[in-house]
Amino acid sequence: MTVAANSELPFTALPDEPPPQGERGLLAWLRRHLFSSWISGAVTVVMIFVLGRLAIAFFDWAIADAVWTLPGSSIADTQACRQPGVGACWALISEKYRFILFGIYPYEQQWRPALCVAIFVAMYIASANRRWWNRWLGAAWIAALISIGVLMHGGVFGLQAVPEDQWGGLPVTLILSSFGIVLAFPLAVIVALGRISKSSPLVRLICMLYVEIIRGIPLISVLFMASVMFPLFLPEGITVSKLLRAQIGIVLFIAAYLAETIRGGLQAVDAGQGEGADALGLTYWQKMYLVVLPQALTLVLPPIVSLCIAFFKATSLVTIIGIFDLLNAGQRSVGEPAWQGFGTEAYLFVAAIYFCFCFSMSRYGLTIEKRLKRSRQ
Amino acid sequence: MADALQAPAKIGKPRRLPLARILVVQAVIVLAIVGLGWFLVDTTLANLRARGITTGFAFLNMPLSQPINHSWLEFTPGVHTYGRALVIGFLNTLTVSAIVIVLATILGTAIGLSRLSRNWLLARTAGVYVEVIRNVPVLVQLIFWYQLLLQLPPPRGAIQIAGGIFISNRGIRVPTLATDGWVWIALACGIVAAISVPRLLPAEGIRGRGLWLLRMALLLLPPLCVAWLTGSTFTPEWPHLQGLNFRGGAALTPELSALVIGLMVYTAAFIAEIVRAGIQGVPAGQWDAARSIGLAPVTIVRKVIMPQALRIIVPPLASEYLGVTKNSSLAVAVGYPDLVAMVNIAISDTGQAIEGIVIVVLAFLTISLAVSAFMNWYNARIALVTR
Repeated sequence: MTVAANSELPFTALPDEPPPQGERGLLAWLRRHLFSSWISGAVTVVMIFVLGRLAIAFFDWAIADAVWTLPGSSIADTQACRQPGVGACWALISEKYRFILFGIYPYEQQWRPALCVAIFVAMYIASANRRWWNRWLGAAWIAALISIGVLMHGGVFGLQAVPEDQWGGLPVTLILSSFGIVLAFPLAVIVALGRISKSSPLVRLICMLYVEIIRGIPLISVLFMASVMFPLFLPEGITVSKLLRAQIGIVLFIAAYLAETIRGGLQAVDAGQGEGADALGLTYWQKMYLVVLPQALTLVLPPIVSLCIAFFKATSLVTIIGIFDLLNAGQRSVGEPAWQGFGTEAYLFVAAIYFCFCFSMSRYGLTIEKRLKRSRQ
Repeated sequence: MADALQAPAKIGKPRRLPLARILVVQAVIVLAIVGLGWFLVDTTLANLRARGITTGFAFLNMPLSQPINHSWLEFTPGVHTYGRALVIGFLNTLTVSAIVIVLATILGTAIGLSRLSRNWLLARTAGVYVEVIRNVPVLVQLIFWYQLLLQLPPPRGAIQIAGGIFISNRGIRVPTLATDGWVWIALACGIVAAISVPRLLPAEGIRGRGLWLLRMALLLLPPLCVAWLTGSTFTPEWPHLQGLNFRGGAALTPELSALVIGLMVYTAAFIAEIVRAGIQGVPAGQWDAARSIGLAPVTIVRKVIMPQALRIIVPPLASEYLGVTKNSSLAVAVGYPDLVAMVNIAISDTGQAIEGIVIVVLAFLTISLAVSAFMNWYNARIALVTR
């Protein structure tokens, strides 16, 4: 205002300059991102060629030449998928998806495992929401796990009883991983506290031995031990089902890794926090539960999420000891003579299901990590 | 408000635990653990007696009646023992782990660098690879590759990849260089010499191109001299069809191929992320400073970025390598006879589960101590030296 008043000349804006040439638009983007140098250009051309060939081949196999439905599932019917020039046999999936998802659970009762999967997914989504992180969520988890057990097992409330050896597919995978993580968590916290305990060298030694031995051997050995050795530990007359044995093995395995991560968090909490709690006269458990653990667990939330992804994937190993999980169901779906040779389709279907769960978990982990970083700034 | 004021009343008075109480707590813990251990050992021994299983490692000297499909040592079913089978399994575990670690490191580094490329297509492709591979269980991938390999055409219709490498449902066949056994031993000596001799030279000894020439000479001279002295020749052996199968060259069985491909593809995705994180962990100012003093891009990466990035990369890489040795036990799923598969056979045959688990624990403990020792040494070598 004052400037305009002081100068005699009226203010006139110059016409807008045209946008800088070659820095906007599709061509400029292409030049900057795909052809910034000779080498980059060559890489782009080669990659377009290779990826294009692969994409066309995959399209032909998976969509153009694929067989989507077959009249039946006898050997004569599936021969249509074995003709030369025929691509993927998705008829396998449309014929067998109920088997891959729910195993040999009685067909007309399969709404029960389906409902269990829905409860699990609902609980995962609820647990991802930070507003609901309070003691009610813990109670909800316990209620959910109990109702899932009742739904799967039946025998009460007029539900038909279904023995464990008929459970299979996705619910078993979700049960093994969810029960595994939920049950391992308290154990892991206790072991982590034991490993940094100052008052008892014996407890420290035992916790260290447990963590180091379990972390030192492959999961498949732990599972094999659980399925073969576990009955030896029990007195005569007590038997534990195969699924429960695998579940115990998985809980012990998960707890060792979780304990190590939680210990990292406990040691990263400033020593002054614990000393402050001591000065206030809190007891050991009050100090840990109210002051140290909340801070420690927040710190290690991102690594815990990636551990959860790893455990979810690792439950597929129970296939090797003959438990009917998702992978095993996929494997068995191509076991009968009529469907032999269509493993690619079955495993792609199974892999896609695993991918959906793991990918959403890893995206969630990233948002948590970002939020934690922001809160620390 | 009232709650907050009353809260301290619930909290105990400041106090130190009396020594007697600490001792009592310790004693209770000791008693509980000893009691639990006693109970477990007692029931286990009773169960073992009831099933007629004798404890101890005597089963290692009993003959195993099962053939082994991939072995570095001679193995005749019914003649050789469980002990020998376990040694073979251990060697197989080491073989798979070594191959996978080398290949996955190369592939993973390439993918990790690609993800950082300014070429959008390359970076995105690498990103999709990492995301897809990391989020599917390794066992699913292994079984997928295995069934894919078994579905390939028989040797008659084998797919040839450049350089006489054939892929068929009998596995992967690669050409080899046939020569005297002593030449291979001399080559091994050459490798050791090429690595160690330059280290023994004084610090201001040969450098740069001269050093590489010296290394090449140390590497190649011993085998060539031995070949000349023994009069052996180097004849490349190309795989060729004879009857229904290939002859000549070396074969990777479908089991080993599936295991190597599956573990390599899976591990490479994780190594790619480690490499990417390591390079991104180097402050951007290092790039700017190196460019401003006029270093060439290759020199910047080799002399400025990599030495700093390696310090971030090596510790997680070490645990990734340990993960490979543990994942190699998934060999059980595709029928490759690694240590865990052999132990599982021994446990199923003889019922000696406890001894079997002890063997697995000791073997993996040895491997992980060896890998940690090597990686610690390497880490110390590349660590920042402060004076």
